[in-house]
Amino acid sequence: MEHIRMPKVENVRLLDRLSSRRAVVGTLYLTATHVIFVENGSETRKETWVLHSQISSIEKQATTATGCPLLIRCKNFQVIQLVIPQERDCHDVYISLIRLARPVKYEELYCFSFNPKLGKEEREQGWKLVDLNEEYNRMGVPNNYWQISDVNRDYGVCDSYPTEVYVPKSATAHIIVGSSKFRSRRRFPALSYYCKGNNASICRSSQPLSGFSARCLEDEQMLQAIRKANPGSDFIYVVDTRPKLNAMANRAAGKGYENEDNYSNIKFQFIGIENIHVMRNSLQKMLEVCELKSPSMSDFLWGLENSGWLKHIKAIMDAGIFIAKAVAEEGVSVLVHCSDGWDRTAQVCSVASLLLDPYYRTMKGFMVLIEKDWVSFGHKFNHRYGNLDGDPKEISPVIDQFIECVWQLMEQFPCAFEFNERFLIHIQHHIYSCQFGNFLCNSQKERRELKIRERTYSLWAHLWKNRADYLNPVYRSDHSQTQGTLHPQIAPCNFLYKFWSGMYNRFEKGLHPRQSVTDYLMAVKEETQQLEEELEVLQERLANLQKSQSGDNKVKSKQQDRSEQFGLYTSSNSLANTPQEYSKDLKSFPSWSPSQGDEDSALILTQDNLKSSDPDLSANSDQESGVEDLSCRSPSGGGCLPSEDSGKDSDEAVFLAG
Amino acid sequence: MEFAELIKTPRADKAVLHRPFHLAVEGTLCLTGHHLIFSSRQRDNAEELWLLHSNIDSIEKRFVGSLGTIVIKCKDLRIIQLDIPGMEECLNIASSIEALSTLDSVTLMYPFFYRPMFEVLEDGWSSFLLEQEFELLSSVSDEWRLSCVNKEFSVCPSSPPVVIVPKSVDDDALRKVALFRHGGRFPVLSYYHKKNGMAMLRSSQPLTGTNGRRCKEDEKLINATLRSGRRGFVIDTRPLSVAQQARARGGGFEQEVHYPQWRRIHKYIERFHILQESFIKLVEACNDQSHNMDRWLSKLEASNWLTHVKELLTAACLAAQCIDREGASVLVHGGEGTDSTLQVTSLAQIILDPRCRTIRGFEALVVREWLQAGHPFQQRCAQSAYSNSKQKWESPVFLLFLECVWQIHRQFPCSFEFSEQFLILLFEHAYASQFGTFLGNNENERAKLKLPQKTMSLWSWVNRPEELGRFENPLYEANSLVIWPSVAPQSLQLWEGVFLRWNRPSKFLEEAEAERINIIRYNKELQAKVSVLRRELAEMEAEQEVQE
Repeated sequence: MEHIRMPKVENVRLLDRLSSRRAVVGTLYLTATHVIFVENGSETRKETWVLHSQISSIEKQATTATGCPLLIRCKNFQVIQLVIPQERDCHDVYISLIRLARPVKYEELYCFSFNPKLGKEEREQGWKLVDLNEEYNRMGVPNNYWQISDVNRDYGVCDSYPTEVYVPKSATAHIIVGSSKFRSRRRFPALSYYCKGNNASICRSSQPLSGFSARCLEDEQMLQAIRKANPGSDFIYVVDTRPKLNAMANRAAGKGYENEDNYSNIKFQFIGIENIHVMRNSLQKMLEVCELKSPSMSDFLWGLENSGWLKHIKAIMDAGIFIAKAVAEEGVSVLVHCSDGWDRTAQVCSVASLLLDPYYRTMKGFMVLIEKDWVSFGHKFNHRYGNLDGDPKEISPVIDQFIECVWQLMEQFPCAFEFNERFLIHIQHHIYSCQFGNFLCNSQKERRELKIRERTYSLWAHLWKNRADYLNPVYRSDHSQTQGTLHPQIAPCNFLYKFWSGMYNRFEKGLHPRQSVTDYLMAVKEETQQLEEELEVLQERLANLQKSQSGDNKVKSKQQDRSEQFGLYTSSNSLANTPQEYSKDLKSFPSWSPSQGDEDSALILTQDNLKSSDPDLSANSDQESGVEDLSCRSPSGGGCLPSEDSGKDSDEAVFLAG
Repeated sequence: MEFAELIKTPRADKAVLHRPFHLAVEGTLCLTGHHLIFSSRQRDNAEELWLLHSNIDSIEKRFVGSLGTIVIKCKDLRIIQLDIPGMEECLNIASSIEALSTLDSVTLMYPFFYRPMFEVLEDGWSSFLLEQEFELLSSVSDEWRLSCVNKEFSVCPSSPPVVIVPKSVDDDALRKVALFRHGGRFPVLSYYHKKNGMAMLRSSQPLTGTNGRRCKEDEKLINATLRSGRRGFVIDTRPLSVAQQARARGGGFEQEVHYPQWRRIHKYIERFHILQESFIKLVEACNDQSHNMDRWLSKLEASNWLTHVKELLTAACLAAQCIDREGASVLVHGGEGTDSTLQVTSLAQIILDPRCRTIRGFEALVVREWLQAGHPFQQRCAQSAYSNSKQKWESPVFLLFLECVWQIHRQFPCSFEFSEQFLILLFEHAYASQFGTFLGNNENERAKLKLPQKTMSLWSWVNRPEELGRFENPLYEANSLVIWPSVAPQSLQLWEGVFLRWNRPSKFLEEAEAERINIIRYNKELQAKVSVLRRELAEMEAEQEVQE
C-alpha cells in the first residue's frame, strides 16, 4: 500500500476507444491489487476492474483543456483511456501505477492475497486435479521402452526440468548426465509424448553444444536410445524449430545443431520459427493495427500482413503438423529442440500432441497438456509474461501463440474440441493475472521453493468448477472429429488462418458478433436436459395414474410452461440496439481548438454535428461544402464499454463478463 | 435453331473428371442442349454431375499428346477439369460447350425449356405483388397511394407498372417528375418505417444540368414525405465531385436552394467495372495455390472487395440510422438508381425491418427492391469472375448485396430465418438457373418475354416445404429489434461460403452445422413430447377429480 500515492480520484472520464464520444464519468480507485473505475450514476454503477499484474504499459499524454489523459494498456489486450481533471492527480496515479504494475517480489503478486474462501482441503484437492504421473500412465509409460528417471531428483542435473522425467530404458544415468553436459542449460532429451499405438514418441531438449565440430558420445547414445525405444523405425527425426540462419549463428557461440554425420540414423530438419524478439515485435505491430481508430479495410489488412503475425502462427502450426504426421503416419519418433528448448519447443510439442491425441482436446486434457509441456518443462512464465519487474527483452507472447494455434484449429475443426473459445481466452487472461499460482516463476524448482501449492490456489480447479461455461455445444465424444489424429489442410491453406478478434479485440464488444451461437446452443442444451428430466417425471406420473385409477397417489400438476421458465437465450439482443459510428470523416473537420488533441476535437465536433443535424437548430448556411461530412449519428451511448473484469474476490465476476 | 447443330460430338467415353477434394472419376460425358452431363457409371456408386451450360463462365483446353483436357470455370466459381481422350472429340466438345454457354438469345435459355418435375403449390410469379405490400401499408398509414401511371412502361421503362407514391401527388405530377429524373425514375416509396412513420424513397439523379433546372413537382413529391418542420436526408451514392460532373451531362443533384428541408450526404459506393475487377481479383486470390501467407493477405487487400463491403454496409447503416435514430425521411439515389441505390435501400431494410429477415420477407425484398425495381440482372450477371469478355455492364452488384446480408447474418446469427445456404442459392440462380426469375433486365422486358407464362419462377420451387427446410436457419428466434452491425474491419470477414466454397475442406464445417441442427431438433422433439404428456396428465387428473 505504501506505493499508492493517490487512492481515489473523482470526476475521471473513461473514454470509449471506438468512439471518443461515449465517455463516462466516475471515480478511480487504486487498491493494493486493482485499479477500479466506478461509473457515476445511481442505477448501474458499472465497475471496471483491472489487476495491476495485467498492466503492460502506462502512458501519460499531453494535458488538454479537459484534463490529463492516461492510457493503460493491458496484457489481456484491454486498453483503458482515462482523462483525469488535475495534472497533479494524474501524475500521482501514474507514478503509483508504474510501481504497482512492476512488483519486485513474488509475494506482492495477487495470488498470495487472493482468497476464494476455500478450505485447505479444497485447495489441496484443486492442486491434485491435474496429475502428471497419471498423465504419463495414460500415455502408456513406464513400459518396456521408457522409464522414469530420478537423475534430476534434486534438480541436480537440470534446474529448469521437473524432478521426474521419462527417458528411454537404455539411457543410463551416465548417458543422461553426459548428454545434459552437451546441451544448452543441460536440458537433455526427455519424453514429451508417447504414442501407444505405434511406440513412436516426441522428445524434447535444448540445442547441442556442437559449435563447429564438437561431439559428445553420450549425447549420440542418447539419441540412439530414443530410436531404439521405437523398434518399428530405423531412424528418428531431429527437428530444429529455428530458422537455419539462427541455428548456424549459434555455432559461433559454441552451440548449434546436430551434425547428421555424427549421429547415426537421424534425419535432421529445420523449421523456421522466429525467435521471441521477432514475435514480440510482431504482436506489437498487430496490436497497433487493432488500436487504430476507425481504420480502413486496407489499413487493417495491410497492417495485419505487415505484422507477420499470422505467418508466424502458421509456421508453428506447420511444425506441429510435420511432427504429428511423422509420429502418426510414419511411426517415426521425433526429437524437437530450439535454442533453450523452452519456447518454440514447447509450442511445437504441444501443438503436435493436440493434433495426435484427442484427450488433449478435452477440457481436462488441455489443462494436462499445458501443465506437461509448459509448466513442468520450465517454460519461463515469469520472464515471458513479465509477472515481476524484469528485462523487457525477455517478454514475448509465446504461449499466446500456442493458444491462438488452438483457436485456429477450433475454427477448422468445430466439433473436435470439448471446450470453447472462452476457455482459451480465460486461460490467456490468467497466465498474466497472477491470480492463481499455476504460472508463477520460471521453473518447477522455484515454485516448490515458494510453496505455491500451500500458499495459492490452482486455476485448473477454478476452471473445472465453472466448466459448464466453457463447453463447446457441438462437441460429442463419439463424433468422428473427436477421434484420432487431426489432419489440418496443408496447401493451399493461407486463407484458413484468420485474425482472432475475440482475443485481440476482446474488450471491444461492439466488434464481435452480437449473438453468440455457442451461448445460444448451450442454453438450448440446458433446456433439453431439463426437458428430459421432466419427461421422465411426467411418464412416471402418468404410469402411476393409469395404474391406480382410485386416485390414491394424485399429484398436482405443475402449470407453468417449462420453456418459458428457462427463457431461451435472448439477452444478446441488448447490444443490437446501438448503432456504431458509421462515418469515418470525423478528422476532416477543421479543428475546434488548436490546443486540443484529435480526440477531443472529434468529441466536441461530433456533438456539434449532432446539433446541426437537428432541424430546429439548422441555421447552417455552409451546406454545400461540408455536406459530405454531415452524417448523422445517434446520441445513444454505451454498449461497448470494457467489461468488468478480473479478480474480484467473488470469482463469478472474473469470468462471466469475459 | 437446333441445338443439335452445335453439338458435334454428343458423347465421349472414358472421360475423367477432376474436382478439388474429390478423387478423379472416370465416366461418360454427354452434351445436351442445355447441360453438360458426366456420369461415372460405376455399379455401386454411380456419380452424376449435371452442369448448366449457362453456368459456364469460361473454358480452356490443353493437349498432352492425344489426351485433351478441358478446364471449365463456372459462374458459381467452381473449377472442374475433364480429360477427354482423342484430340478431335476434345476439340468438338470444347467448341460445343463454348457455343452453348454463350447463346445470345434469351429465349434459347434453359428456363424456356425447363419442365418442372414437381407440383406447383403456389405460383411464384404472383407471390409478391406490390398490391399486397400496399394493403399492409394502408393499415398503418393513409398518406400513400398506388399509382398505375407507368402501366404501359411509358413513363419509366425500368420501373414496375405499379408503384407507391405520396397520396398528395397525382399522376400528372408524376409524369412531370419523371421527365426531371434520369431514365424517368421518379421517387417512389421503398420502405415505410412503422415505428416512427418515416419513409425511404428511391429514385435516379435529378436532371438539373449546369443551369440548375428545377422541378416544382419533384420538390413537392419528396417534401410530401416530411413531417412538418422536420428535415430529410438525401443519400447520394456518388462522391460530390462525380455528382457535380454529372451536371455537365444533364444530370445532377438536389440543390439546397430548391430543397431547403433536405440535407444531402454523399456516401460513395463503387460500381460497374471497378467492382467487377475487384471481384475478379478476389477470386484469383482465393484460387491462388501458393503457400505464402503474406501474398494471401496482400492479395485480399489489393482486391479491395472487403473495402466495398465495408463502404456499402456503412452507407446502408447510415440510411437506417437517419430513419430510425434521427427520425428523418430519406431519399436514396446515385446516377441511374438501379444499382448502388438498390443496394442501400435493400440493406437498410434488412437492418430496420424484422420481416426482411424471414425467408418470405427476404424473397419479397429481392422481388421488390431488385427485380421489380429494375436492377438489370441480365446485363450485370451475364458473366462471372472468370470471363474474359469484360463488358462494362457486367458487375457483381447483387452478389455484393448478398455478401453484406451475409456479414450482418454472421453478426446476428440468430436473427435470420434463412441460412447462409439461401443466400448462396440466390447467388447461383442470379447467374445461371432453370427458372425465369432472374431473366430480363426489368419488369418491362419480363412482360415482353412473357416469362410468367413461359417459365417457372424460382419462388414456386423454393417455397415448397420440402425445399424450404434446406434453407432454414436452425438458430432463428424472431427478433423484432433494429439490428446495427459493426462495420469495423475486424468485424468483416471473407465470405468463405462463396469464395472458398470449392477450395476449402468443408466436411468438418458441415458436420458442425449438422450437430447444431441436431441439438435444436432434439430439443423441439422433447418440447413436443412434454407438452403432449402434460396435456394428457392434466386431462386424466381432471377426469379423476370429476370422478371423486
